[in-house]
Amino acid sequence: MPHVGLFIPCYIDQLYPDVGFATVELLEKHGCTVEFPPAQTCCGQPMANTGCTDAAIPVARKYLEIFSKYEYIVCPSGSCTAMIRQHYHDLVHDHPDFERVTTHTYELCEFLVDVLKIETITGSFPYRVGLHQSCHGLRELRLGSASELMQPRFSKAGQLLQGLDGIQLVELKRADECCGFGGTFAVSEEAVSCMMGLDRIHDHEQAGAEIVTAGDMSCLMHMYGLITRQKKPLKVMHVAEILAGRQPEK
Amino acid sequence: MAVRKHPENAAVFVADNDRAHWHDQALWFVRSKRDKIAATLPEWEELRQRASEIKLHTLSRLADLLEEFERNATKLGAKVYWARTPAEHNEIVLSIIQQHKATKVVKSKSMLTEECHLNPFLERNGITVTDTDLGEWIVQLLEEPPSHIVMPAIHIKREEVGDLFHKHLGTDAGATDPPYLVNAARKKLREQFLGAEIGLTGVNFAIAETGGFVVCTNEGNADLGVSLPKVHIACMGIEKMIPRFKDLGVFLRLLARSATGQPITTYSSHFHGPMPGGELHIILVDNGRSDILGSEEFRRSLHCIRCGACMNTCPVYRRSGGHSYQTTVPGPIGSILAPSRDAKTYSTLPYACSLCGSCSDVCPVKIDLHTQLLSWRKEIAHRKLLPWSKRMSMTLAGMMFQRTWLFTMIGRWGRWLLPKLPRFMVYNRFNDWGKQRELPPMPKQSFREMYALRNKERS
Repeated sequence: MPHVGLFIPCYIDQLYPDVGFATVELLEKHGCTVEFPPAQTCCGQPMANTGCTDAAIPVARKYLEIFSKYEYIVCPSGSCTAMIRQHYHDLVHDHPDFERVTTHTYELCEFLVDVLKIETITGSFPYRVGLHQSCHGLRELRLGSASELMQPRFSKAGQLLQGLDGIQLVELKRADECCGFGGTFAVSEEAVSCMMGLDRIHDHEQAGAEIVTAGDMSCLMHMYGLITRQKKPLKVMHVAEILAGRQPEK
Repeated sequence: MAVRKHPENAAVFVADNDRAHWHDQALWFVRSKRDKIAATLPEWEELRQRASEIKLHTLSRLADLLEEFERNATKLGAKVYWARTPAEHNEIVLSIIQQHKATKVVKSKSMLTEECHLNPFLERNGITVTDTDLGEWIVQLLEEPPSHIVMPAIHIKREEVGDLFHKHLGTDAGATDPPYLVNAARKKLREQFLGAEIGLTGVNFAIAETGGFVVCTNEGNADLGVSLPKVHIACMGIEKMIPRFKDLGVFLRLLARSATGQPITTYSSHFHGPMPGGELHIILVDNGRSDILGSEEFRRSLHCIRCGACMNTCPVYRRSGGHSYQTTVPGPIGSILAPSRDAKTYSTLPYACSLCGSCSDVCPVKIDLHTQLLSWRKEIAHRKLLPWSKRMSMTLAGMMFQRTWLFTMIGRWGRWLLPKLPRFMVYNRFNDWGKQRELPPMPKQSFREMYALRNKERS
């Protein structure tokens, strides 16, 4: 029975507790024991992506120390996982726990598919769903095939969602264009960020989606903000919520 | 020219919603064409890998290869010059023109000469320069810089070309029919070609082994421009080198497919020494490239073959336009090259990026563009070129995340306070998030609070 240390990104902890619970339920349902070490805060990405290495290093070190004792670390965010796996090298490569912790940190869908070897998840979600391929999961963790690369097409989240009864994954015109969240980019380049978000939403709408889902709640938070301001009927749900059996709020 | 911050320029571009979408669609169309044609080659990813390795090798011995090229080009009868700066480059060009007592120059597309601001320099010295690439000629007539390195006038609508040609060429007012406008341009450019005394071109690939070089165009304007006049001046950045003739095929196969979705450019013109009775002058320009070569972090940006694919795919470039970058080379690669020359002036460019990584995956020579943009951000913060507000907020955030109690306390207060505030206190001009977006609903309890409660109940 795999023992999993749960890493819940800071903004999911504070703003989307149910995404955290959906993650716990999914992991427990598939035979994991889950532990949430309460000392955790953030992976350090906001500081690191702004270039403020000095501010990010102690946060990264804190993460390594908190999670060093776990066999696996699972996180319901491709972006935060990519930060740890791909960018901790620049910050804390000299830490004794660096190698072990970073190579044992997994994004949720990746963990379900690659480690637990789950092929399908039972459940029902009778809706038309647009799968937003969050960029860091896609192009840094390779959780799916990026449209730029000439390789066989796959998507770990898509594969899991596909197994649910009644679900219909809609086809987008631009399979994996960025939604424009981009962390601090969302405010420092507000105009472009919002135009990107609205274009993404429009693509899901024209494809007939009722729900937009993604492996990253940050993309969805940005799109939710735009959808709500524009009073559109589209809803957003984290992929963990759908896989854990949640249904959209009426 | 005063350089404004990218977000300000971008906001102006985005404000014209129809035009910004038109621009986005036009470039996405090119990206889609690239996808389609790349998919027809089963060895696409292998080609990218090969090209990247050839460039890596080339840069590892660039000095030797440049000298080998000089020797071989000289043997073929060309004259080779070395220019450290744009000023040196421009002086060399001018002196060659003056030696021939010439005043009329035709020029095919060359981003290097744009980078060196050659046209205004020559014009100040009484030389008439005509850009013969249709797109570049359009922006020349408009007195604007190119907004894209492959499609210099991609930001101009055909109605605007109609107006421009009406003004300059006397075409019918309101004419927008592309064949009609192209024919008018062709007629006018023909006169320039026939009257030119000197033909100037860029260089796409220079081959050390042979001393020859290749210029790729779709309009054949480079060929015509150097076939009629007796004197050919070719200007190239020193990173255009490839070692062997047999390496060329790898790049020619990648270049046009990545740039415009064509299998190959209509003309790939090879030049090996001057034509009989003519002269060939080749100017090798550094302009900061050696500095980039010396930097382990950014060296790979010199792999660039100027295909423009990173611009076509960049969601920010497509929605902010090439001019928003205020550099000769815009988009992702430009946002790496510009701060290498002047980090202070171009400090906002590495942040004009959502770090989506599409550029790195589309790049035919596998430059890790988005990682280099991230590296530039570190460099900019390190050199204290970040705005005070950004630096301060990140330092404070770092301090908060180091202290679990502080993070949870601030979170709790925020979630409690925010829903109680009147709307104008949350959504105002200080809140850039809230200009067009709602904040998420604030839950009463955080995950960690609910989780602790659940565990307590279970035990």
